[in-house]
Amino acid sequence: MLDLSKVQVSSSPHIRSDETTKQIMLDVVIALMPALAVSVFVFGWRSLVLTVFSVCGCICFEWLYGLLTHRPNTTGDMSCVVTGVLLAFNMPVTVPLWLVLVGDAFAIVIVKQLFGGIGKNFMNPALAARAFLFSWPVIMTTWVRTRTALPLFTTPVDVVTSATPLSYLKQGLLPDASLADMALGMVSGCLGETSALALIAGGLYLVYRRVISLHIPVAYLGTVALLTYLFPRGGLDPLDFMLAHLLSGGLMLGAIFMATDYTTSPLTKKGKIIFGVGCGLLTVFIRYFGSYAEGVSYSILIMNAFVPLIDKFTMPKYPADRRRLSLKKAKAKEAGPNE
Amino acid sequence: MAHTFPGGIHPDSRKEATCGKPIELLKAPEKVILPVSMHIGAPCTPLVKAGDHVCLGQKIADSTAPVSAPVHATVSGTVTEVAPRLHPNGSMVLSVVIENDGLDTPDPSVHPLDIDTMSQDEIIAAIREAGIVGHGGAAFPTHVKIQSGIGKVDSLLINCAECEPYITSDHRVLLEYPWEVIGGARILQKLFGVQSAVLGIELNKRDAFPVLKTHLPADGSVRLEPLACKYPQGAEKQLIKALTGRDVPSGKLPADVGCAVFNADTAGAVYRLFVTGLPMIRRIVTVSGSAVSNPKNLEVRIGTPIEDLLEACGGFLEPPNKLLMGGPMMGNPLFSAEVPVIKGTNAILAFYKEECPIPSRTACIRCGKCVSACPMYLMPTSIFQHYEKGDIAGCDRLRAYDCVECGSCTYVCPAKIPLVQGIRAGKQRVMDARRKK
Repeated sequence: MLDLSKVQVSSSPHIRSDETTKQIMLDVVIALMPALAVSVFVFGWRSLVLTVFSVCGCICFEWLYGLLTHRPNTTGDMSCVVTGVLLAFNMPVTVPLWLVLVGDAFAIVIVKQLFGGIGKNFMNPALAARAFLFSWPVIMTTWVRTRTALPLFTTPVDVVTSATPLSYLKQGLLPDASLADMALGMVSGCLGETSALALIAGGLYLVYRRVISLHIPVAYLGTVALLTYLFPRGGLDPLDFMLAHLLSGGLMLGAIFMATDYTTSPLTKKGKIIFGVGCGLLTVFIRYFGSYAEGVSYSILIMNAFVPLIDKFTMPKYPADRRRLSLKKAKAKEAGPNE
Repeated sequence: MAHTFPGGIHPDSRKEATCGKPIELLKAPEKVILPVSMHIGAPCTPLVKAGDHVCLGQKIADSTAPVSAPVHATVSGTVTEVAPRLHPNGSMVLSVVIENDGLDTPDPSVHPLDIDTMSQDEIIAAIREAGIVGHGGAAFPTHVKIQSGIGKVDSLLINCAECEPYITSDHRVLLEYPWEVIGGARILQKLFGVQSAVLGIELNKRDAFPVLKTHLPADGSVRLEPLACKYPQGAEKQLIKALTGRDVPSGKLPADVGCAVFNADTAGAVYRLFVTGLPMIRRIVTVSGSAVSNPKNLEVRIGTPIEDLLEACGGFLEPPNKLLMGGPMMGNPLFSAEVPVIKGTNAILAFYKEECPIPSRTACIRCGKCVSACPMYLMPTSIFQHYEKGDIAGCDRLRAYDCVECGSCTYVCPAKIPLVQGIRAGKQRVMDARRKK
């Protein structure tokens, strides 16, 4: 006799892919590791301390929120780890630990959980927290020179500051660092944003793992490249000016890791391209005309707000229906003058 | 270059267990159970009663409805019962139970047909009388498809994609009975009056190409086209897109874009009808899955209880966690092995939990993987959200009715949301709401 005692009945499909949310988030964390390694080299062990601290903070706040609101503990999906790393990457290495905690709490509790948790927040938690932390503008714009010895846990005082490549570009000058230094990350800036090469390596890993598609990064970087090449400032060579813009500030980190955040970017390919182009336009606009040298985080946050609208207008259409609609329009046009 | 369609998924094909195994003939069972509804369309009315003696191939149930297909005795013997029996779809359906006398006495109506002397109408009538329905799974009456397509069809496509994982029944038919498929394709080609028939074959069946090539007619009236290995390549609309580039508009039939699609073994059944005169009484079934001791491809009489098939494959290694009729993407779950093989049964699969988990659902992270996977250009996650909110008008606006229920969205979802399950329910409610209007 055939034993069917264990047979379950459920609706098809009966097989699922192995991919899980946790696996995706883990891949993003792995992709961020090269940039973290470079950061440790450029800014010292303090950057690792800040990153780990930020991750722990995010996990704690998410866990606490679940506990206090009697909701399931969602820390297992690892998305809070990604937020923790990204938030640390968006801060100068000299920030005090308490400010990291403030950022964590804002990102996790206010931006993410109060809007319904993973998948429901309409802004990128790490970027929104960074924007909030600009309530402490001096701390958030203290750019220490590269390879400065810093205390691991206490807040550094009297550090020797240095200008970031972006501040030069703002004045219509080329940065004092070479392009190679900028690509490698040997410049001052937020702790995870400086090395374009390490970030691109992580991005390629994500593309290879099919976690992200190229649409947003290419549209974003392409728009910035085109605009800066066409409209260089201070009479600089367009190519030098363009490359300096691409390699400086948080552009690579933003285009590869922040703008591609699933929850706060459009669902469709067409939507992703529009989103990327929008981010690029706003970034250049802010970098050229804003009072602050960097525009990446604000442009992404602004475009985040447009995502529902972009989704609505880029809803995929069935090709056969599309053709029928255009036929109808064409016919209406033909018939137009006679009527 | 292999043809394909936009979207779709790449599940592990898992066909290795049976693709190399020749079709084995399963002995006719002692008892066959023949439901009066094994096709899409009106159920038939039994023409026999308990105690009647029936011959092999004798018509035992028929209907006057335009969309229906008669049922034939698949063994000779005595009708023991005409009563509701458990159908693979889970409901009780009126069925004719025949006790096999083991003689296979053919019915006088069974004799080869000379197709050259028959008119178009006579050929279609013969296909109807033989109860031939689509062998791919949906079991749409073949004569209805032919009738509705004549005069409109310029592309005749034979579906040899077999994109569902595990299933190899069509693959084996292509290898072992290539002349039947090609012969059937030629009959259909002449019937539609089109220049050629195209066999679309997924590239995981490379070994079928040389075999089929030796049987192709010299006049080029049957062509082979490679298809990319992608699910749901064998879905009607996706196959049409891949082979002709045409999109079947929402709510329209393949014939409306000049296409007719027949499954490989449906063509084979048409060929067999004219050569042997036998109606649809048998089919090839793949029995596979991790829980089956010795997976096989079996040729069985329609109406054979699936326990006979499973026992012929050595039964289960361990009690399975799921038993399916059809493929793992669109197949029906079973809870009893007493249900019979019906006309659309292409596979019986038995799985352990590891192979067919029912994962717990987490929150949508808007990754958009379902949108990229959808072969019908839908936004599964958005439709699902509207459905959950009870917003049926929203489901309608997002074209829930276009969903072909292939399950690609649910398959890819990293948050393990039962997307197609929700969309299916939403689609039903959209249809209900439209009917009320």
